Amino acid sequence: MTIWDFLETYGARIASGTLVTCAQFGLAAIIAIVVALIAGLGKLSHNGLIRGVSVIYIEIFRGTSLLVQLYWIFFVLPLFGITLPKFAAGFISVGLNVGSYGAELVRGAIQSVPKGQWEAAYALSMSPARRMRRIILPQALGLMLPPWGNLLIELLKGTALVSLISVTDLMFQAKQINASTYLSAQSFGAALVVYYILARFLITPFMRRMERVMARRLGRA
Amino acid sequence: MMFHWRWDFTYEILPRLMWATVNTLIAAGAGYAIALVLGLILALAQRTNWKPLTFVVREFVEFIRSTPLVLQIFFVFYVGPQFGVRLSPWTSGMIAIGLHYSAYLSEVYRAGIEAVPRGQWEACRALNMSTADTYLRIIIPQALPPSVAGMGNYLVGIFKDTPMLSVIGVAELMHTANAIGAENYRFLEPYTMVGVIFLAISLPTAGLVRLFEGWLRRKLGL
Repeated sequence: MTIWDFLETYGARIASGTLVTCAQFGLAAIIAIVVALIAGLGKLSHNGLIRGVSVIYIEIFRGTSLLVQLYWIFFVLPLFGITLPKFAAGFISVGLNVGSYGAELVRGAIQSVPKGQWEAAYALSMSPARRMRRIILPQALGLMLPPWGNLLIELLKGTALVSLISVTDLMFQAKQINASTYLSAQSFGAALVVYYILARFLITPFMRRMERVMARRLGRA
Repeated sequence: MMFHWRWDFTYEILPRLMWATVNTLIAAGAGYAIALVLGLILALAQRTNWKPLTFVVREFVEFIRSTPLVLQIFFVFYVGPQFGVRLSPWTSGMIAIGLHYSAYLSEVYRAGIEAVPRGQWEACRALNMSTADTYLRIIIPQALPPSVAGMGNYLVGIFKDTPMLSVIGVAELMHTANAIGAENYRFLEPYTMVGVIFLAISLPTAGLVRLFEGWLRRKLGL
């Protein structure tokens, strides 16, 4: 079976898997960004309780494996009365996992905004919330965009694990095609190429573009 | 079924989980050893003057870095037999995870090598040192200390990625927890204990890496 015959027969399944992977990626990315902002700011909070909760969240999710977290959320959480459908369990796990890494990026970027900016905002008697929103966060965003590009690729790769709780993503379809045809090189190879295209020709250029837009808006380009 | 933690069950399964932890550590160590060596080769290959080689290696590293490890594990495990090469789960797992992390480590090495000041290269040229001597005696010793942080992070990273080996049947921690859960219809204790074991190993390791990095910097007067 040539590669063209293979794609003609199984292209539709690979495409549907790619769509599910994209949906998982988008939803997980939203969760990761929101959680990273909350936990990153929380870790810098003066309130000990908020700081403690943020640190515990970050350390637990950074200290264990995504696969462990995924299985825990999918198989153990129901015992506590929280039953998530597999699709939701998938992107929530991936989002929470990547969010913990993102939180450290947010914290680092906020801390690297020069002291003078904080003092200037203080001298203009801005409220702490306004100072964060208008002065600090936009500059921090400019600083942390490049590492976020890498993190989003990690997130895309992380979504491949949701196939292990039977979410019908690209990885799952590749496994199914392999199981019924034994055409391993074609099925897994096709999936590898699709992931590569998504990461290299969609996510990376998009993030580069964001970096340029951000640099322009901060008046640095 | 409601949440009900059973300590007696936890103690009963703990020895099995501990043995599996040993396997996990062996897998992480072996994978890391492969990645350390292969990563250096990939980093040096990108510094040769022969353009086709640098281009191919560069694209290869990008490809490995932007595709999921779990898919690479399946690929190595299943594609071999299609062409008559039968690999055990352990062998294919080590190849996949070692290859994956070698791509990351090559980037760490590359950054370290590029951080060595130009003057050092020029001094080697002026002293008429061979390329091998230049790298082995001058460049690599100076490129290593700044790379230690990145190398340590990936040591912890490879350890946290070993559960993916369970998908092809390597009897590491996650695989054992799955087996225990399936035998006893109880997933709460095994999965939670796996999480606890991972935390108990990765947090101190990350701390040790930071200490080691600080010590190395002081030692070298950086």
